[in-house]
Amino acid sequence: MTTATATSHDDHHHGPEKGIMRWVKTTNHKDIGTLYLWFAFAMLLVGGAMAMGIRMELLQPGMQVMDPHFFNQLTTMHGLIMVFGAIMPAMVGLGNWLIPMMVGAPDMALPRMNNWSFWILPFAGGILMSTFFMDGGAPAFGWTFYAPLSTTFAPDSTDFFIFAVHLLGFSSIMGAINIIATVINMRAPEMKLMDMPLFVWTWLITSFLLIGAMPVLAGAVTMMLTDRNFGTAFFDATGGGDPVMFQHIFWFFGHPEVYIMILPAFGIISHIIPTFSRKPLFGYSSMVYATASIAFLSYIVWAHHMFLTGMPVAGELYFMYATMMIAVPTGVKVFNWVSTMWKGSMTFETPMLWALSFVILFTIGGFSGLMLGIAPADIQYHDTYFVVAHFHYVLVTGALWAIIAATLYWLPKWTGKMYNESLAKVHFWWAVISVNVLFFPQHFLGLAGMPRRIPDYSLQFADFNLISSLGGFAFGASFILLAYIVVDCIRNGKPVDARPWDGAKGLEWTLSAKADYHTFNTPPSRELIENESQHS
Amino acid sequence: MVTDMKQNNKITKGFWIKLVSAPILMFVFAVFIMPPIYDVFCEITGFNGTTGRVEAEQQYEVEEERKVEVSFFAMTMPGFPVQFGPKVNSMQVVPGKFYTTSYIAKNNTDKEVIGQAIPSVAPTDAALYFKKLECFCFNRQVFKPHEEIEMSLRFVVEPEMDERIKDVSLSYNFFKLES
Repeated sequence: MTTATATSHDDHHHGPEKGIMRWVKTTNHKDIGTLYLWFAFAMLLVGGAMAMGIRMELLQPGMQVMDPHFFNQLTTMHGLIMVFGAIMPAMVGLGNWLIPMMVGAPDMALPRMNNWSFWILPFAGGILMSTFFMDGGAPAFGWTFYAPLSTTFAPDSTDFFIFAVHLLGFSSIMGAINIIATVINMRAPEMKLMDMPLFVWTWLITSFLLIGAMPVLAGAVTMMLTDRNFGTAFFDATGGGDPVMFQHIFWFFGHPEVYIMILPAFGIISHIIPTFSRKPLFGYSSMVYATASIAFLSYIVWAHHMFLTGMPVAGELYFMYATMMIAVPTGVKVFNWVSTMWKGSMTFETPMLWALSFVILFTIGGFSGLMLGIAPADIQYHDTYFVVAHFHYVLVTGALWAIIAATLYWLPKWTGKMYNESLAKVHFWWAVISVNVLFFPQHFLGLAGMPRRIPDYSLQFADFNLISSLGGFAFGASFILLAYIVVDCIRNGKPVDARPWDGAKGLEWTLSAKADYHTFNTPPSRELIENESQHS
Repeated sequence: MVTDMKQNNKITKGFWIKLVSAPILMFVFAVFIMPPIYDVFCEITGFNGTTGRVEAEQQYEVEEERKVEVSFFAMTMPGFPVQFGPKVNSMQVVPGKFYTTSYIAKNNTDKEVIGQAIPSVAPTDAALYFKKLECFCFNRQVFKPHEEIEMSLRFVVEPEMDERIKDVSLSYNFFKLES
């Protein structure tokens, strides 16, 4: 193949190109991973700033700092930016950095497409953000953009939102295709599927979810686009359409989407816990099957988001039971993590602290999810702050926690340097306490009936909202410290060994302390793969 | 050594086709297959209050003592300039018997207005058994300027409906049609 010969010529100069064009033109999986991660971090700060605005408004009852329409724009854009701009790109960035190293491949299978799928993102993000400056403002219909709010009653800027979602979808689908091709085609010849580390497994399964779900989202926004501009009536009862169908199509995408964000997190945790427990992962194959079951189930439970749309009892029962079933494979995972720690020689470096708090806090989010999945109970919880608390526990202390854990865990491999452990511990305790002050009271608010997506509330909710807002400001500020820790590590970190963590296993730790620009030009041997296997 | 690379980094044509066609198929599924399936699903199950239709007056087994209260509601979409309401607000009906009632609509403008009414029955479990023999909602309605028309409706509540349902409400929402 031509690229193979091209690499042989390039072997003389190993390093990357100099200057800004290195990042624009790069096809290196490590460079692209870095780009994704910095982009995600920037978007996290943007979306976080919006959250600060939301919590500022909710600090006290009454209208405080903004008008309700702008508040709605903030909640909508906060959700969209965090889901599509922060969590998903961060996971893709980690996948880019780690998957080729973990499967012993020199790079991603489709490096040029990889470059393209990253560079679409800043433009999509830019288009989405630009709607703030347009007539009628940014999307204000909630991140779920239900029709007819997003079709008949939305401002013209919604068409820019639709285009941005199309671009984001393209980027994700290309990323997913790339990861599937890499894992299937580029894996070291000696590595069988059941030898693969769990992060690779979870990302492979996530890629299938992406390929199945993102086109459905693209379909939903395309139907919105034609409804808005070209006289169709998919979601418009005047022309024989149905707005409830929008919710079915949206959640047919939306439920797999939540597992797209959490499955790679499961993979990350399954690396960190064995390392710091100094034991092989308990129940490796059950972890793989549990991940696959969760992925399958995610496609057949979507209407549990819609219990109040007037579903027949049989439908509610089916979606309730199917939803409950997801607790089984998820429970298998939590049990496996706990069993991995059982009688292990545990130490508590910061990545482990993040992983441990992930297990506890994600499980809290999982349990509140089960409560919401009970159809009769959901009548009370639906669209209240209980839902907000639930999905922030699974997405912030779930997905984001795993991303931070992974960043600290693999940062020595990416930079060849160690971050400041005591500062990182301070950051961890700061974040873990403030996040609970932020989100835990929202459970109570929701149970007491405070609806979500409102800028003002009735007086009895004032105390918990005050606590929640104060926790929110503290949590928001903690990310400044995180940025400092990462930059400080890159600039002033102490050099580390190739295997900075005592119990770490995995092909990536066999590389030099700072992974070379090109790695695994020769695939690893069977012996190496077996020695570095996470599981026995 | 590059020559040692055993990685199969040439992606075969078949694999490419699979990788690219999967998302395209899902897109086609979402736009062109899901909506029609959804319509058929609603018709079969009465989901979303989609009402049924009978072609001719049928004979049902009638229990004279059983009574169901049918309430009639009317709505118009914002911007539809027609005053629209039921002639009677509710009726006691015996399941299995055909009844006739009507709605009255008046065009308040100097222009011709065309619209269509979309029915919905609640509760959902009753929708499947609420059948209409004739209904103004089957056709679009043309209102001449300031015209008032009485639009009739002939319906039956089938006896197969769950006996626990004592109240059924039928609502119409009038939409404007462009032409």
